[in-house]
This record gives sequence, C-alpha cells and structure tokens, in this order.
Amino acid sequence: MAIAEHKLTSVSPATASSGSFPWRTWLATVDHKKIGIIYIVSAFVFFMLGGIEAMLMRVQLGAPNNTFLSADVYNQLFTMHATTMIFLMVMPMNVGIGNYVVPLMIGARDMAFPRLNAMSIWLFLGGGLLLYMSFLTGGAPNGGWFAYAPLTQVQYSPTSGMDYWILGLGLTGIASIAGALNFIVTVLNMRAPGMSINRMPLFVWMNLVVSFIIIFAFPTFTVGSIELLFDRQFGGAFFNPAQGGDAMLWQHLFWFFGHPEVYILILPVMGMISEILPVFSRKPIFGYSFVAFSGVGIGFLGFIVWAHHMFGVGMGPMANAFFAAASMVIAIPTGVKIFNWIATMWAGDVRLTTAMLYAIGFISMFIIGGISGITLASPPIDLQQTDSYYVVAHLHYVLFGGSILGLFAGAYYWFPKMTGRMLNERIGKIQFWIMLISFNVTFFPMHIVGTEGMPRRIYTYEAGMGWDLWNFIETVGTFFLAFSILIFIYNVLSSLRNGEVASNDPWDAATLEWTMPSPPPSYNFLHIPIVNSRRPLWDAKYPHAAGDDHHGASSAPSQVRYEYTDEETAGAKDIHMPSLTFSPMILSGGLTIAALGFVYINKDILGLPTRVAALGFILIGIVMVAIAIRGWIVDSRKDSPYLGQHH
Amino acid sequence: MSATSHAHHDEAGQAPLVGSLGVDSRKLGLWAFIGSETLFFTALITTHLIFYARTKAELTASGMLAHLDPKHFLGINLTSVLAAILLASSLTMVLALAASKAKEWQKFRFWLLATIILGSSFVLGQAYEFSHLYAEGLKLAPQFVYEGETVKSLFGVTFFTMTGFHGLHVTLGVIWLIAVYFKVRKFPASPENPMDVELVGLYWHFVDLVWVGIFTLIYLI
Repeated sequence: MAIAEHKLTSVSPATASSGSFPWRTWLATVDHKKIGIIYIVSAFVFFMLGGIEAMLMRVQLGAPNNTFLSADVYNQLFTMHATTMIFLMVMPMNVGIGNYVVPLMIGARDMAFPRLNAMSIWLFLGGGLLLYMSFLTGGAPNGGWFAYAPLTQVQYSPTSGMDYWILGLGLTGIASIAGALNFIVTVLNMRAPGMSINRMPLFVWMNLVVSFIIIFAFPTFTVGSIELLFDRQFGGAFFNPAQGGDAMLWQHLFWFFGHPEVYILILPVMGMISEILPVFSRKPIFGYSFVAFSGVGIGFLGFIVWAHHMFGVGMGPMANAFFAAASMVIAIPTGVKIFNWIATMWAGDVRLTTAMLYAIGFISMFIIGGISGITLASPPIDLQQTDSYYVVAHLHYVLFGGSILGLFAGAYYWFPKMTGRMLNERIGKIQFWIMLISFNVTFFPMHIVGTEGMPRRIYTYEAGMGWDLWNFIETVGTFFLAFSILIFIYNVLSSLRNGEVASNDPWDAATLEWTMPSPPPSYNFLHIPIVNSRRPLWDAKYPHAAGDDHHGASSAPSQVRYEYTDEETAGAKDIHMPSLTFSPMILSGGLTIAALGFVYINKDILGLPTRVAALGFILIGIVMVAIAIRGWIVDSRKDSPYLGQHH
Repeated sequence: MSATSHAHHDEAGQAPLVGSLGVDSRKLGLWAFIGSETLFFTALITTHLIFYARTKAELTASGMLAHLDPKHFLGINLTSVLAAILLASSLTMVLALAASKAKEWQKFRFWLLATIILGSSFVLGQAYEFSHLYAEGLKLAPQFVYEGETVKSLFGVTFFTMTGFHGLHVTLGVIWLIAVYFKVRKFPASPENPMDVELVGLYWHFVDLVWVGIFTLIYLI
C-alpha cells in the first residue's frame, strides 16, 4: 500500500514549494481537502476571466456611442460574464470551501463518497473548459445566462455558442448534483459522535440546505436545456412559438431553477458569516436555531417565488399577487438572519480583522441589495424597473456585495487552515477598503441610471440621456475593483512564501477544524472527537464558560484534542484512507468529449465529416466512461468499508 | 460508487456499515438522487401534458378531435404488455433481493437474470414501438400526419423526449443490473452483496414507478 502511505504525508507549504510538483497526488486525489483546493483555484481563475469580461463591457459603456466592442461581442461577453460568475465562480467557490471545511467541522475523515467527489471537480472543470472553448470555435453563447426563448433558437443564435452553453452547463449541472448528494450524505451520515444536527456549525447547516436546493432545482434546468437542445438540433419546437412551442415554458422551467439558484449562491456564504462573526465578536452566535431554521425557510420559500422574474411578461394579477407576496415573505427569514448577526456583534469584544471587516461589509452591502430586492418584489415597481440597470445594481449588491465579499471573509478566515500561512492583515485591510469603496462607486450609480431609464443588455447608448457621467464613474470604479483583486493575488502569493506561519488555531475559534494542524493531515483527525456542544473547541479552551448555552451543551465537556505525541502520530499510518484513482477523471473526461460531440452532432458546418467526427467523439467518450466505471469499481473494492481489511 | 465511511474507523476496530443517521451511506445518497430524478421526470411529464392539452383544445375547437386525437397513435395493447413486463420485473427484483439477503445465490442469479431479461424486453419493445410510430407518421417534429392530414402539434416531440428519457433510464438500469450480476458471480462471498442488490433494486423500482405514472397519465387517461 505505497499509495496509502503516500497520502499520509501532509503537504506543508515548505515542501510544496520545493522540488517538482506532485502531480499524481493531485490529479488522482480523492482527498476532500485537495479537491477543495482545486475547486477554489479553478473558481478563482474563472473569477478573473469573468472579471475581464466585465471590464471589457465597462470600457465599452464608459462613453456614449462607443465602438470599442461590436454588439455581437458585447452579447457574448455579458452572457459569458454572468454564466461564469454564477456557475464557474460563486458556486464552485462555495463548493470548494465547503469541500475543505465541512468534513473537518463535523469530525469526519473525508466526504461520504470520495471518488464521486473527485468526479465532481473534474466534471466541473470539463464543463467550464467546454464553455470557454466556444470562444475559439465560432463564437461564445450570446443569448444571456437566462437564455430566453425564442432568442436561443437556431435561426436567431446560429453559432454553436448556445449548444456549448447547454452542454457545458449540463456537465457542471451533473457535477453539482453529484456534489450535493455527497454533501447531504456526508452531513447526515458522517458526523462525529455527539455532533447532533442541532450542534452542527451553521456553515454545515447552510451547506446541507443548499445541497437539497441543488438536487431539487437543477433537474428542471436540465430538462429545459435538453428540450432547448432538441429544438436546436433534433427538430423539436418546445420553445419556438412559430411552430407551436411556448416561450413562457422556458421561462418557467428556467426560473424554477434560476431563483433557487440565487440562494445556492448566497446561503453558504451566509453560513460562513455565521461562523466568522462569533469568533471575532468573542460571543456565541445569537439565536443559533433561528439562524439555522431561517436558512431552511429561505430554502423552502425559494421554490415558490420564481415567477417574480417574470412580472414583465404579463401573467395576470392573481399570479403576480401570489408571487409578489411569496417574494416579500422571504424578507422575514433574511431579516431574522441579519438581526441575529448584528445581535451577535452587539456588546461583543469585536476584533476588526480583515475577515471580520469583510463579514461586516457583507452585511451592509447585502442589506442594500435586499432592500432593492423588496422593491422589485412589488409588480408595479418591477414593471418600471425590470430590464433596467436598477436590476443590475440589485443583483450585484446581493451577489458581489453579498456573495463575493462574504467569500473574501471566508478566504481570509480559512486561508491559514488550508495553507499553514497567515494572509497579510495590513494588505488585507487596504484591499478591503479599496474593494468596498470601488464596489460602491461601480454599482451604486446603476440604481440611478436604471431609475432614469437606462436599459440593461444594451451595448451602447446615445449621448445626452443623462447617463454619460454615471457610466463613466462606473467604469472608473471597475478599474479600482480590479486593482483590489490584484492586491489580493499579491497578498496570497507573497503570504504563501513568506507569510507568518499559522498555528492550529490562530483566531481562537470554536469549531473542530481549528483543532488540527494547519494544514491538516490527509486523515484529518487522529482521534475522532466526541462532541458535546455547539462550540467544542471553546469548551475545551474555556471550560468555565462551557454550557452557558442550554440548548446546545450537555454537562459533559467535549473531548477534542489538538496535541498529539510523536508516538500517537506514528500510529496514523494504520488509518486507512481511500486510494488514489484516475477513474473519476477519465469518466469526467469521457463525458466532456461526448458532450463536445453532441455540440456538433447535427450541424451543417462542414457537411458529413463534422457529423462523423461528432459521432466519433461521442463513441470515444462512451468507451472512456465504460473503462472508467470498471476501474472505479475495482478501485472502490480496495477501500470498501464492508470488507474491513487493513492491508 | 462505493461509500467509504471512515468515521471512528480506528476506535471501532472495523468500519461501520451505517453512519450517524443509522442508514447505509449509499442508500441515503440513492434516495436523495431519486428525489432529484422525480423532479426531472415531473418536468418532462408536465411539458408533455401542457402541449397535449393545447393540441386537444385546438382540435376540439375545430371539431376534429374525434378524428385526429394524437392518442390514436398509441396502441394500448403493446404498451400494456410493456407495462406488465416492467411490473413483473419489479417482482423478480424483489425476489432477487430476498434471495441475496438469504444468501441463496443460485436463486438470486435466477431472479436477477429474469429481471435483466424482462428489462431488456421492455427496452426492445419500446424500440419497436418507436419505429412503428415513426412509420405511422408520429415523428420527432412539431407536426404529425394522420390519415393523410398534417396536424400542427408538439405531441410527437414531447412524447418521444419523455418516453425516450425513461427508456434511457431503463437501459442504464439494465446495465447496472448486469454489472451487479457479474460482480456477485465473481465475489460470491462479499458482505456488501445484499446492499449492492438493494441499491440497484431501489433504482429499478423507481424507474418502474415512473413508467406507471407515464402509462397512466399518457396512455390511459
């Protein structure tokens, strides 16, 4: 078992930077921590691509009648910007941090299905690469991330861009569903003794809620996009009204997924904030149960509000009234969370670290986005504002001011755990202020130009509409925003090399991941902890304060350890971890190649050769999948818990 | 896809078969997956029903429904046989699971093989039905031809998409059954065999249940 032994060596930052990069241990990994890091790094690369797309658009819009970009390129850019930020940045970034942190927080050695986890990351990357391939093969998707019918029909979107969009997102969708199933089983079934549901950290709670949202929301999107593929390639007409199809059906199928999707983007971040605020306020979270169950409430309500994206299409007063009321109800659980966060900080011993600044930034910006959201939930107001820049302002306040500021909070908080080095706090604070200010400079004026009637999704506008100055200011803001990202990249790279070495528990935190060395060994816990409260590590460090929360704590203290003798550490080699395997990657590669074949299966681009090649790709893909499944079964047998073997 | 539950592996001396919820991890995951698949088929079936109701309303308005109802295409005889075959396969699946739990491997192989044969028969029957419908004039196109008359309707598109994806699920189920058959034959003493059988059985019953829904909503009503 040379492989298993190899996995036991934890990669410290020093060894990682010296010598050749251990490709094999990363490409064939099934370790949730490594997979988490691959997610995080690739999501960050897509973040920069999506950011570059945004900046190109802002340059175009910086002055009226600008000719920097053509209308067609602009359409491709706004489609790819949104698709990238939603599916290839915020979702995988959430999944990446969740992948790394959730098993540690609940006292598990890995995710429930380590190989499925590896499949998810490679499938996500395959889908992302397929999407970006479209830029090189005749044009990226250009129908918007919402892909409204019938604009996406072949006669209006003749390039293969939309086919790449359908199949690329199809692959990331499978990855998301597989990942969500993995999270559900991990959270429900892999908890350490005593880690009951009502003691789970709130970040774990939110990941559980989001996983359920994913498995119930994604199927309708899958069906919708399969139907769109049939329209474009196999003679269907689902969404083509000219042939008896129905454009509204697309909107219903899409938004039944699309609205829950925004909670998929924000809830894990709310979970991160709920971990960070208590640690830096030196107080337990205020109203744990309310924070947890308001998240569940948001998850449920998220499924009955989708048509508020469709007030503009005229569904009639009854439907409008229902969806407006349901949408406004969501403000209640969201407000509950905000007040709980504020109450957590209230009278706390607040330490303004960079992570805490970002968390507070999240709350402030999310409140602004939430309030503009409530205005949009009202049909008469929505009819005035829909398809204007006011909506663009709203969604960026919740997704950038919310999700992305929150993700930076998470990055500063967990970076020491993941890398063993602290990020530079001074640079971090400078970065925070530049980002917060330039974010507002970029997006706040969009409220104003939107209210003044500037439509979204236009590639240029006439001078003298009263929008010129605001648009110029927005564009200037974008450059400072990009600058703050560059500062962050510099901070990460310099801290990885020279940053202060992180201890097990640099923030004096309360949850289990801080009991382990930074970064943790591949097997995570040498001894699985026994948990008796919601804050096992604070109990161990401050026994006199343990049990002050009657709902979470029992009389016995939690048994967590964060110091081991060398003898005990040597015993770690008996811990059996799943073996390295390339099968998940081969399977994902096969599906990606087959998906590429489906893009061209019925295209008249170069006649017969294209179809033959497409069919060839599909067959190669299927063969790869078959080989991978066989290898997967063989590899999983090596580690089967049923066989109880200790080779 | 095997679950590896490592929780308190070292303390217990051997790996537990169930996790903190008291259920096998793979079984829990499969149940959640079935929940997800339910939404998948709901969306497909709903699409079909919406367009069928529309076609029916248009044909009723023009007084042509009695003559041109697209359901004329759907021969109830063949699909009843197919439904019976699939239902019978659920029974043989249950018997295969019972035999695997009782470790009666001879019996188990018989019943699992019966399930595989019945499942394959369903797929072949559906392939026959599809080719028959194509010849009759119902195609993957937004109109159908019935007794020389062309009717604008999405019936063919939604019908083939929905039943096609169900057929794909049955096909994948047959492949899974075959994989389990050979795995159990190769490792007859493996302690996880009954769970492997139970998992494929769960999936199989679900796919069967979807057919009961499709058969009732599309062929009967």
